[in-house]
Amino acid sequence: MAVIKLSEAKVNFIKDVCKSYGNKPGEVINVLHKVQGEYGYLPAEVQELVAKELGIPVSRVYGIVSFYSFFTMTPKGEYPISVCLGTACYVRGAEKVLDELKRQLGINVGEVTRCVGACGLAPVIEVGDKVYGRMTPDRVKDVLAEYK
Amino acid sequence: MINVTIDNKQIQVPEGTTILKAARMAGIHIPTLCYFELAGMKFENKPGGCRVCVVEVTKDFNGRPRRNLAPACATDCVEGMEVLTHSARVINARRTVVELILSDHPTDCLTCAKSGNCELQSLAQYLGIRDIPFKGEQSHYRQDMSPSIVRDMDKCIMCRRCENMCNNVQTVGALSAINRGFSAVVAPAFEQDLVDSPCVMCGQCVQVCPVGALTEVDDTRNVMAAINNPKKTVIVNTAPATRVALGEEFGMPAGTIVTGQMAAALRRLGFDYVFDTDFTADLTIMEEGTELLGRIKKFMAGDKSVRLPILTSCCPGWVNFFEHNFPDMLDVPSTAKSPMQMFGAVAKNYWADKMGIKREDLVVVSIMPCLAKKYESKRKEFYKDGNPDIDYVLTTRELARLIKQFNLDLKDMPSEDYDDPLGESTGAAVIFGATGGVIEAATRTAYEVFTGKPLPKIDFTELRGMEGIRDAWVDFDGTPIHIGIAHGLSNARTLLQRVREGKEQFHAIEVMACPGGCVGGAGQPYHHGNSEIIKKRTEAIYREDLGKPIRKSHENPSIKKIYEEYFGEPCGHKSHELLHTHYFDKSEHVEISE
Repeated sequence: MAVIKLSEAKVNFIKDVCKSYGNKPGEVINVLHKVQGEYGYLPAEVQELVAKELGIPVSRVYGIVSFYSFFTMTPKGEYPISVCLGTACYVRGAEKVLDELKRQLGINVGEVTRCVGACGLAPVIEVGDKVYGRMTPDRVKDVLAEYK
Repeated sequence: MINVTIDNKQIQVPEGTTILKAARMAGIHIPTLCYFELAGMKFENKPGGCRVCVVEVTKDFNGRPRRNLAPACATDCVEGMEVLTHSARVINARRTVVELILSDHPTDCLTCAKSGNCELQSLAQYLGIRDIPFKGEQSHYRQDMSPSIVRDMDKCIMCRRCENMCNNVQTVGALSAINRGFSAVVAPAFEQDLVDSPCVMCGQCVQVCPVGALTEVDDTRNVMAAINNPKKTVIVNTAPATRVALGEEFGMPAGTIVTGQMAAALRRLGFDYVFDTDFTADLTIMEEGTELLGRIKKFMAGDKSVRLPILTSCCPGWVNFFEHNFPDMLDVPSTAKSPMQMFGAVAKNYWADKMGIKREDLVVVSIMPCLAKKYESKRKEFYKDGNPDIDYVLTTRELARLIKQFNLDLKDMPSEDYDDPLGESTGAAVIFGATGGVIEAATRTAYEVFTGKPLPKIDFTELRGMEGIRDAWVDFDGTPIHIGIAHGLSNARTLLQRVREGKEQFHAIEVMACPGGCVGGAGQPYHHGNSEIIKKRTEAIYREDLGKPIRKSHENPSIKKIYEEYFGEPCGHKSHELLHTHYFDKSEHVEISE
């Protein structure tokens, strides 16, 4: 007997989402979309439960999750931080800003992103939807404080 | 009917016919790779993905040539269509397609388990490919080895036959296409191992895989090592369906019966005793039949707690399937072990004692048409003090390989008998190899025991056939008995759901996991989609039954003797200890944490 371990709140939320789509197998993408919207990612247990509720094999749910790049199985932070490492930002000290962010947050870089297109304000970082220009390592603390 | 011209040959085909099927009707060969059909078994795989079957449509519905080449498997014929299947343009494209597939495929054909039976290898040969011009990255995946199936996905060509088989024919749902682009592959959820997935080890994915991505676990070396060990007594038992298929590996036509030749070959391989699983198939009927009658009698006496219908439990793929999917019905199947596990229990207890052989010095090998049997032999409940009842299971294909390695040809073998006493069997036992056979064998015995009268006719033709779900009423001298039969696990699921919902009532249901029953098992010679082969094997099974002097299990003299000497009575104390088993809930359960 294999056990799917989840908190009661999660179980109820997922069951409600599935129910709101009539527990139809064809609605699996919509269900996953809603569930990821709530929890930020789709761990294995969540996929197992969605599969069970919709009456489809979990291999199919995983097939969909692994196919679409929108779906993710790794937990994402509440505020994605992007540090522009384009040429302009880089020469004006973006790397030092990045090092300071890593030091204060104790995390590593997950993905390398493109130039954010604000070279006039270099170096630039983005937190969530907000852009911070002319960044210095000293200002990192103040910016992070806004999100605590 | 519409008119089409293929390779300048005019033919008439029904509307909705694909170019591929029309060409086949006209006797024109179009090579295919991902396409797969098992006619009459409701299995057709045509994702149109590999593009090997592309053809040139020189005149389309609008009277003009089609700009692109069309996949023949997924393009319907239209009135007046003209098609070239082997134009220079087609051959060129086809070769490029196969070269591209080969550019991401290991070229270890020398040591590949599928060599000689590989459809990609044949295609490369057919197209005369001598070089792979596209050099580049190759995809690599972790190898996964379950007790039955080896997955080497480096060799997967994404034809998706296995996925189709697993989800639609078997409704097991273990496999799915995952990831995208270059890393796309067929795998269980979360790329977990097959043993951790809902896989039931039926192995039908292996039977349809065109390449070496899915193969059986090879136990031939272990068996040879045991035979080479002078301290060990090595005995073998052969399943019913193997005797009507092994001949195919030696160029004999499908449906050739090679029972005696197989026994002779096994002796020449060095097995000390050659026995027959058919003997314990007769024993299974005694146990399962008694259990069935016990339940029916209780039910008729008004006992409402009795679980009916009784479900057969000979097929290990089916046992795995209901453990995963019908955990609420675990007390419904017969508790009788499969004939193979009964053989192991009888050999390592009754026979070993009788012969004065220590359990650890006795090696029991089974020749099976099945991959799930490899898994079944490894189930913990079939071990005693760390020693299994069945040591090794070889498939029909593995046995053929061994025989060939010994420079033997089955065609030249004399016909020899099995050894006594675990070699004597009846016609009822041999029909275990085909869908409907187990329940027919049980009916032959149950009828006579229940009514106390001899059967008016031995052949229950109403229980035979290839329909996925069948049912029949059998008259037990005034008491009508309702019997259900399913083969292929999607059919089993449908039938069981009807029973679960109370829509239909049966006294007994027989289920075999593979299409056609064991004759179509995953360990049998590759049929490459030719379902005629499965039909021929089935006919041979019933021919073998007809030729047997005794055709009812309870009349087998060795069976009578084993009850007198050892077991006492069917479903008695000793039987329960050695010949019956129990089942486990393997389904997914939600548990609240925190």
